[in-house]
Amino acid sequence: MSARRPTLAVWKFASCDGCQLTLLGCEDELLAVADAIQIAYFPEASSAMAEGPWDLSLVEGSITTPHDAERIREIRRASRHLVTIGACATAGGIQALRNFADVEAFTRQVYARPDWIKTLATSDPIAAHVPVDFELRGCPIDKAQLLEVINAFVYGRRPQVPQSSVCEECKRAGHVCVMVAHGTPCLGPVTHAGCGALCPGCHRGCYGCFGPKETPNAPALSAWLEHLGMKREEIVRVYRTFNANSDTFREESLRHERDTDHQG
Amino acid sequence: MSETRTIKVDYLARVEGEGALYVRTEGDRVEEVKLSIFEPPRFFEAFLLGRDFREAPDITARICGICPIAYQMGASHAMEDVCGVKVDGSLQTLRRLIYCGEWIESHVLHVFMLHLPDFLGYPDAITMARDQPDLVRNALRMKKIGNALMRLVGGREVHPVNLKVGGFYRTPTAEELAGVRADLAWGLEAACEAGEFLAGLDFPGFEMDYEFVALVHPDEYPITHGELGSTSGIRAPVNAYDRIFREDHVVHSTALQSRLTDTGRPAFLGPMARFALNRERLTPQASDLAQRSGLGDVCRNPFKSILVRTVEIAFAFEEALRLLDVYQRPDASAVEAAPRAGTGFGATEAPRGICYHRYTLDDEGIIRDAKIVAPTSVNQASIEADLHGFVQNHLDLPDDQLRHRCEQAIRNYDPCISCSTHFLDLTIERR
Repeated sequence: MSARRPTLAVWKFASCDGCQLTLLGCEDELLAVADAIQIAYFPEASSAMAEGPWDLSLVEGSITTPHDAERIREIRRASRHLVTIGACATAGGIQALRNFADVEAFTRQVYARPDWIKTLATSDPIAAHVPVDFELRGCPIDKAQLLEVINAFVYGRRPQVPQSSVCEECKRAGHVCVMVAHGTPCLGPVTHAGCGALCPGCHRGCYGCFGPKETPNAPALSAWLEHLGMKREEIVRVYRTFNANSDTFREESLRHERDTDHQG
Repeated sequence: MSETRTIKVDYLARVEGEGALYVRTEGDRVEEVKLSIFEPPRFFEAFLLGRDFREAPDITARICGICPIAYQMGASHAMEDVCGVKVDGSLQTLRRLIYCGEWIESHVLHVFMLHLPDFLGYPDAITMARDQPDLVRNALRMKKIGNALMRLVGGREVHPVNLKVGGFYRTPTAEELAGVRADLAWGLEAACEAGEFLAGLDFPGFEMDYEFVALVHPDEYPITHGELGSTSGIRAPVNAYDRIFREDHVVHSTALQSRLTDTGRPAFLGPMARFALNRERLTPQASDLAQRSGLGDVCRNPFKSILVRTVEIAFAFEEALRLLDVYQRPDASAVEAAPRAGTGFGATEAPRGICYHRYTLDDEGIIRDAKIVAPTSVNQASIEADLHGFVQNHLDLPDDQLRHRCEQAIRNYDPCISCSTHFLDLTIERR
């Protein structure tokens, strides 16, 4: 048996740090994980920064600057497997709201000297720049799913992460459907499972932290949202949060935005 | 001819976010100190425009995965200020309780996993655990209890789902909260024990004449409420924030820098400021720990911030226990907040200091203007002043030791760079 432990690197791009902190949030498992794999590069947790290549790179955050677009290519070249963690790395994150606007106007809104700020017009998912081996969803990611992904790549198997909807988790948890019973707008039918249907458990509608599920029918859900009294601009906004740039949510928000324009 | 030295750190470790340090000395003089923040900007204040006021807590939470409550609650307070509603009673008890959870998980992460390895000479807590297994295991357990409190009240530890303008979506029963009581009591004891160990560390002799700024509240150690207060005598309501501070954009940082408008001096926010202005309102066991740690009434040595932070961990456990005693589940989970046109202000004590929010709404509740100031962006100027003073006093140290001390001086502030970017890389250049 080989004595060498696989090496892990954790990278940050534009993000809130919440997903990489989920690894440090594995309070019961952290020391065991560090026994099984060598945490070789994780600057947020350690000042020891080992040189690559790395067996597994976990990438948090989206690509928003020319420098970061170059940096992710170097990381890909030095990584055997590359897994994105969270909505920023997988879909562009909340900062991808710039993709629907004029980023120069954004810069002028926040900074006195916009000419000192180097930024791209769009916030891109990692997969728009380099091949990605697995994308872990969530804003933030789920701790158990993160451990499953690390375990799977260490043992060379595919991660077992369900592709179904929040609705399925909600039913299994035995929650009352907030949309049917209370008329509360809910993105559960089109949203990827993973959180454990937290929001319906708190008597609120799902707001889409995990992005679209596999083969979602967003137009059908939007019709229901309208039926519940949501205005078109509200429907635009409900799809435009942390996964605004994922295909289904982007198309659905743009479709309603066009309709709003036609109504004048 | 005088000798030029540069000390550089291109990517600071054990801080949240991306920053760098550059120091240049000429002979026996420090010429230039730059704390650079190259964290890419994310433009929160821009894309909040046009959003409904009720969306602000969930959107602004995403500024920071370590202190989301600071953003959710600051935004909620500002919106409630516009709408003219007041959240008090058991709903306010729950808000303070979940904020205790955030102080615990954030402070324990910083004290034991990011800051303590500097003092004991390890690269990280995982390596430290080989020699100090009980210390690290107890720290992880304390952190876990803080996160459990976040989950119990907020539904999730990172970006909680259960908070909204006016209160909560669902309030927990007193029985649900009672489940965490034994853990909180253990945490209080563990924090006090750890505090005694930490008080025995070697601290560099270094003090600065800071102007501490924190919320001040007549009845309680400030977390969610208070007036703006300072050690030079400022007392003002939160809506005076923009008159008290000015924000500047400097070329080496994507985080705007703040200074006090009147004097142009840097303000120091965070645990040492809260302690200096509110020490007498600490809970009994936390107050006792502060005394046993030798902190006096004011602590001006930034390296001892680790002791003040630990006192606040003990406080948060003790306060959470008290809040559990008084909590009674309210009839309504939130106060109804109907929108109206106007400008509202909110400020709470994030783990790293005052986090300020200001929003202007139109009569339909759509956000027309937004300003958010994270504590780390205010502390940038103090960090640079500390580095200047510390390097000037220790020019005799070889470069690698000086670089290490500089990194430690930055970590004293628990800088949250991800938050402050609307923040770090160390270069020391000696000429």
